[in-house]
Amino acid sequence: MNLLLVAPILLPLLTAALCLLAWKSVRVQRWLGVAGSAALLASALALFAEVHVRGIAVSHAGEWAAPFGITLAADLLGALMVVLGGIVGLMVSVYSLGSIDEGRERFGFHPLVQILLMGVCGAFLTGDLFNLYVWFEVLLMASFVLTALGGERAQMEGAIKYVTLNLVSSAIFLAALGLLYGLTHSLNMADVSLRLARLNYPALENLLAVLFFIAFGIKAAVFPLFFWLPASYHTMPVSVSALFAGLLTKVGVYALIRVFTLVFRDDVEFVKELMLVVACLTMAVGVLGAVAQMEMRRILSFHIVSQIGYMIIGLALMTPLALAGTVFYLAHHIIVKTNLFLVSGAVARATGSFELKKSGGLYAAQPGLALLFLVPALSLAGIPPLSGFWGKYILVKAGLESGQVVLVVVALAVSVFTMISMMKIWSEAFWKPHPLGLTPAPVGLLNGPIAAMAAMTLLIGFGVEPVMQLAERSAQQLLDPQSYITAVLEARR
Amino acid sequence: MNSLILRTTTGFLLSLLMLFSVYLMLRGHNAPGGGFIGGLTATAALTLYAFAFDVATVRKMLRLDPLSIAGLGLALALCSGLPGMVGGDAYLTSRWAVLLLPDGAEIHLGTPLLFDFGVYLVVIGVGCAVLLTMAEERGE
Repeated sequence: MNLLLVAPILLPLLTAALCLLAWKSVRVQRWLGVAGSAALLASALALFAEVHVRGIAVSHAGEWAAPFGITLAADLLGALMVVLGGIVGLMVSVYSLGSIDEGRERFGFHPLVQILLMGVCGAFLTGDLFNLYVWFEVLLMASFVLTALGGERAQMEGAIKYVTLNLVSSAIFLAALGLLYGLTHSLNMADVSLRLARLNYPALENLLAVLFFIAFGIKAAVFPLFFWLPASYHTMPVSVSALFAGLLTKVGVYALIRVFTLVFRDDVEFVKELMLVVACLTMAVGVLGAVAQMEMRRILSFHIVSQIGYMIIGLALMTPLALAGTVFYLAHHIIVKTNLFLVSGAVARATGSFELKKSGGLYAAQPGLALLFLVPALSLAGIPPLSGFWGKYILVKAGLESGQVVLVVVALAVSVFTMISMMKIWSEAFWKPHPLGLTPAPVGLLNGPIAAMAAMTLLIGFGVEPVMQLAERSAQQLLDPQSYITAVLEARR
Repeated sequence: MNSLILRTTTGFLLSLLMLFSVYLMLRGHNAPGGGFIGGLTATAALTLYAFAFDVATVRKMLRLDPLSIAGLGLALALCSGLPGMVGGDAYLTSRWAVLLLPDGAEIHLGTPLLFDFGVYLVVIGVGCAVLLTMAEERGE
């Protein structure tokens, strides 16, 4: 169990170290990157199987017991997120073989991707709030360099916005940690949860909860703190933006789920209300932002924002069904969104531009790629029987059960607008002839990861029953924090 | 920089400083010192050498690319946590061996030392990568 918990963190680190040893040879680094990501996925699946069968897995590094040592803990949600991280990592590693330029590769693209994956997995597996901060920093450091690597003019502009906003978020997170430590004298999540329940300072708790919500909200890109995301994601190389789109905002959502199910359980009604409003606005503003855009990755970036709103709904409602909906939505969204960014790269490769006005003719030239675009696009919009439909269905049902009619109306309206955006991409990039009369070039290897992720989307869509059961089980675990607390604080050896 | 005095003294200082950096690393377990501070001292020594002679000489002296040294250190530090897992303990649990010297003195060798040595190499690697690159750019 110890090995399974540390492997998703150690494997990317080892891969990065090996990449540094092979600094001069880009070819070796490429294959190390793919092998490392594949090993990460394998170890994540093994961890997931273990957690699925035996329940929450806990390990205390160096045998220093909680709440003093470094706690690693994986419940179903954490293990599921690590698996998704592994999937995205592997797909992006394979995709980057055919898309990243050699200049970036020579300046450490492959080790940086691995360090980013290590940070992401660490954030999913840690059982300690301060370590969560440290893992955030690890993944942010790697993401800062990946954002700026290459040094193109537009990229630098995006990078500055990205770095600034994320540093602000880290500062708020750190301040909140300081206050929380002052209040409870502990930072181990399980321990803090127990101690907060014994204290009776609702006002301070609400203040802390709001601070955490702002800090993670910036990272998750919720309204009104999302503007760094559409300003920066379209400036990076496709592999990098696909990796970011798939994982980084979702680490923020994961942190929100963890903190608001485990640490702040009662007495934070104010924040729950706030979350509902924010979820509505995030969905609506994100999707409306996308309508005005004509650049493929900018459209997709705004849709990340709007989709984050859906995930916040489930957290705000906090019923078993709603939380299961959030978990389901996370899994569906990570795969679909990464895939759409990968498709955008293939479209740009084939037609020469991310600008919809300057591309076209893909349906006639490459019907296969067009079909592969339709799967994630329709899934994002929520067309049955694809995965996005089920995610939205569950959340809408949970919303109606809680009597949140406004929320449900907004969520459904946003789906329609999402559909409009996707159809805009379809009609411009795929349907209309190329404005310059060019025939789109073949994209070769890039099709592989796109097809694999489209297959996963179909799998979730058609095999919805087991995935939903999984989401429900992990929601039950989240709603019963006592089992997590017991597992962490009473883990022997 | 072309200074006879600096060159002559640096020849002596380099070996002394490197020795001192290893000493700092070794005593770090229970006293002020450790891999980080030792690595910084070693980096400072190498930088001094680069000032007295030139960057190419230092690169040749290091043999490996500075970043590869960092990679090696990272791998060592990572591996130092693994022996603890043999026997079912958690990652990074320390393991110790006692070395008896002929005169009866004891030397405690443990996985934390390996970890410190990894940190030492990472600091040297990254420090040299940054400083040597900057020195080269200034020289151009």
